[in-house]
Amino acid sequence: MKKAGMWCKAVLAGVAAVAVAVPFAAQAQQYKGEILHPMMVTRTGPFATASTGVTAGQQDYYTLVNMAGGIDGYKIVWEECEFEYKVPRALECYERYKGKWKMVYPNSTPAIFALAERVTKDEVLAINLAGGRSDSSDGETFPYLAPVIANFWAQATSTIAYIGQLEGGMDKLKGKKIAYIHLDNDYGRQPFPMFDELAKKYGFEWKSWALSWPALEQSAAWVDIARRYRADYVVGWLYGQSCAVPYTEIAKVGYPMNKYIGSLWCGTEDDVGPAGPLAKDTVTANFHGVGKDFPVIKEIEAKVYKAGKGNADPARVGSVAYNRGVITGIIIVEAMRNGLKAKGAPLDGKKVRDGYRMIKLDDARLKQLGATGLMPNLVFSEKYHGGMDSQLFQKWDGTKFTTISKWIPPDQAMVQAKIDDSAKAFREQTKAAPAK
Amino acid sequence: MLAMAVAAPFLLSEYWIKAILIPTIIFGLSALGLNIVSGYAGLISMGQAAFMALGAFSAVIAYGRFGVPVPLAILLGGTVAALVGVVVGTPSLRIKGLYLMVATLASQFIIIWALQRVPWTGSGSFATLNTPPVRIAGFDFSTPTAKYYLVLVVVAVMTLFGWNLVRSRIGRAWMALREHDIAASIMGVSMLRYKLLAFLVSSFYAGVAGSLVVFGWTGAASVQEYELDVSIKILGMIIIGGLGSVLGSFLGAAFILLLPILIAVAMQRVAALTGGGTVSVDVLANAEHVVFGALILFFLIREPQGLAKLWFGLAGWVDRRTGTFNATKGGRK
Repeated sequence: MKKAGMWCKAVLAGVAAVAVAVPFAAQAQQYKGEILHPMMVTRTGPFATASTGVTAGQQDYYTLVNMAGGIDGYKIVWEECEFEYKVPRALECYERYKGKWKMVYPNSTPAIFALAERVTKDEVLAINLAGGRSDSSDGETFPYLAPVIANFWAQATSTIAYIGQLEGGMDKLKGKKIAYIHLDNDYGRQPFPMFDELAKKYGFEWKSWALSWPALEQSAAWVDIARRYRADYVVGWLYGQSCAVPYTEIAKVGYPMNKYIGSLWCGTEDDVGPAGPLAKDTVTANFHGVGKDFPVIKEIEAKVYKAGKGNADPARVGSVAYNRGVITGIIIVEAMRNGLKAKGAPLDGKKVRDGYRMIKLDDARLKQLGATGLMPNLVFSEKYHGGMDSQLFQKWDGTKFTTISKWIPPDQAMVQAKIDDSAKAFREQTKAAPAK
Repeated sequence: MLAMAVAAPFLLSEYWIKAILIPTIIFGLSALGLNIVSGYAGLISMGQAAFMALGAFSAVIAYGRFGVPVPLAILLGGTVAALVGVVVGTPSLRIKGLYLMVATLASQFIIIWALQRVPWTGSGSFATLNTPPVRIAGFDFSTPTAKYYLVLVVVAVMTLFGWNLVRSRIGRAWMALREHDIAASIMGVSMLRYKLLAFLVSSFYAGVAGSLVVFGWTGAASVQEYELDVSIKILGMIIIGGLGSVLGSFLGAAFILLLPILIAVAMQRVAALTGGGTVSVDVLANAEHVVFGALILFFLIREPQGLAKLWFGLAGWVDRRTGTFNATKGGRK
């Protein structure tokens, strides 16, 4: 017993020693001629599937930029901080690399909400492509947040517009029933107000089936949707592993697969792939091109992967999540480049934010970058932080996605009105309370 | 220990204050609340995170919408949670053990569900409410140090209160109920009164902890942060830290919250030492969970009564060697 006690104390002392010896604070240093770019990543847990692809796509693009000499000679050096899509860990990551952030991209809407106050105070832009706060399209109210491409409200109106197209006109939506199955969080709940207004405008009916995190158990919801509610269409707003669950359930309850339309965050091969042929004919939204048929993706393959510097399994290059990462990389690098050009080195969060507001990715610029067709044109300003974009729809044939629609725009007037309303409510809720 | 806590902002960097100390003592407070109901009174509760959410939302609505001063808003957060806690605690009069766990589990879901769907809460489609800048009597609590002291004062007062409470007549009644509730009630300990009181105090602590999350840590009340896994984590904190121990609640909170971060950082450093690239980043990220799980097993096998017991053992050992500590006499917090 005595010996065991000693041993135990030795282990305790060891743990304590490590705790003291390993300084918590990040030691990453930014050397001359480098841009240190900390990255929040999700490599573990139920949401790692698509997220790892997005991370790798960014890193491969940075590698490509570095191999071509960097941004005006500055090399991008990144360091990862794993946060498992969890809010407390995201806050810890943020504090660990505080003062070193150039742009924060957690790829997690809940994390964006929690970080909002801190990034605004520290003047670092936090982005979430096709996510985050929908009302942060308003750059004046949210100077340090941005949805970049297709905010959730734009996505919701565009998806309903697509259903209208399938029915042969928005007026045909009258009397139809749309079931909405979603994660019960900041991400899955954002489309609510849009569905309410659209339902009023076009006379359809919608109902929510909320699934709590991580939403891997969905059978009761699907039986309800297919047998009792008898929905004409089902719109899904899931993420990570929960994206693959509906397909087995749909097959079980015998619901037509082509009437299930997933959100663009369920539109990656990693999401649908596990269901394979079972998910044939299902449709999901997307906001960018798929495949390898873009100069920039080919360049990454030819240069980065040939040199053995790739950050992903080569089979993932060209997949939806991967391309999303490359697009993110292009936007971040473009913001850094603009920031450097306008404000000079060394870069900080504010300069990159200013650079972000100068982004002008028009046809000519996209052609230079080799990203024509990969991403929509993006032009940002102080007032507009992006988000009012169209969606594409893609069909799964059992092994891969093919795009089956044209760009379907959002209901601009409706989304803009909601952004203005919501931004106003935010200003009122957070305005300084009178001193007491 | 209190002196160390007070001096912390002068010794440690902002990272330690904002990312390590503040969350640890807030969750320590919530764990202490759970320890009162589970560790002392022997009633398992799985709804601690939901009570925190109640506190967080009550406090942010009171302060942000109605201009209630922050100290009162914190108190209100605790009170609202406490009142709901009493209602949730009523089944404990009839059932216990696993059955009670399921009953409190239901409360976790119902409370979160209600917070999201009652339009009045204003959480609406974002499920999140931000707080205005925190000011008390004209003083601006925006620096990490100010926030830390705000949290520390509340936590210290409530810890002292809890510490005395469990050693009082009430605490002894709880322990009697825990050991054998029928025997205790025959001896004159009112089950109705003390079981509900345990839930009341426990959820009050959770509510205050929740409001501190808003005012002292994240600056927002967000439903997402109080899901079931948080309740399970808090339960894990008191089991690792030590059931029926005030100190254990805080040690357990530190263990559950900080160890994963420590492991991740340590592994990153070690991997960097070898020049990087030897281990893939994916393996590294997943290894964190394996190591963390192994450590939980290790500590529970080594000391089933929790970290608090280990701490007192260690302090006693140092005491015998140096004669400077007086921890073994039990007078040390």
